[in-house]
Amino acid sequence: MSHPPDPRQATFAGRRTDGSAIQRPLSPHLQAYDMLQMSSAMSVLHRATGIAWSFGMIFLVWWLVALAGGPAGFAQVQWFLSSFLGLLMLLGLTVVAWFKTLAGIRHLAWDAGYGFSLPAMMRSGQAVLVGTAVLTVLTWVLALMVWR
Amino acid sequence: MSTMRTPLGRARGLGSAKSGTHHWWTQRVTSLALLPLFLWFVFAMLSLAGAGYAESRAFLARPWNAVLMLALVGFSFHHIAAGLQTVLEDYVRAERVRLLAILAVKGLCWGAALVCAFAVLRVAFT
Repeated sequence: MSHPPDPRQATFAGRRTDGSAIQRPLSPHLQAYDMLQMSSAMSVLHRATGIAWSFGMIFLVWWLVALAGGPAGFAQVQWFLSSFLGLLMLLGLTVVAWFKTLAGIRHLAWDAGYGFSLPAMMRSGQAVLVGTAVLTVLTWVLALMVWR
Repeated sequence: MSTMRTPLGRARGLGSAKSGTHHWWTQRVTSLALLPLFLWFVFAMLSLAGAGYAESRAFLARPWNAVLMLALVGFSFHHIAAGLQTVLEDYVRAERVRLLAILAVKGLCWGAALVCAFAVLRVAFT
């Protein structure tokens, strides 16, 4: 490895019960934890959707710049967004946005000191997942109703 | 002895990063601001579903819509820059690469936010 050793690794030096030395893994370790638990899966998804939305913002920038630029550029944006790939991407971004919003509210509740118990964490996690599905469907039903 | 303060006294408030909880707090404040702005954005995009150039432009040119779009863009890129910085700090170990990546993210976010703001103002004022 080319990079210098991480000083934090000094704190991971441990000993097995027989006394032999062992280097403990950095947490969260991909092999030591079940990544499909409600707690870790939601955490990973919260981060992943945040990163995905960051890249999704490119389309808002494109849309705004084209709108300010003129009809020709705007026609290109509309062509892309109404293509199969564009619609699929918009659907994906809708899922991402609702998940990130609901999971964000869940995080804000934790920051305020609420919902730390295991049952509450499971319930709020399920609520985020169900809410994401419901709001995504609702958004697209409304969008198709008002589409012109 | 350079200081009479205890290590706890020095750590309390500002910590090893010398900025205290400012970065963490910024993420929470921007996320709170983005909650109502995101609901407005969903409403805006729904009311523009399938709308053409002239109609979309007229919508954004309305004072409240222009102001809310400016707020959305500003808070969004502030939140994105802070969030991506945290991700980079967590996963990029080589210090030089990490620093350059964070600077690149901040530069891109500032650039994108300014481009968006200019576009909104141009739509609003022309």
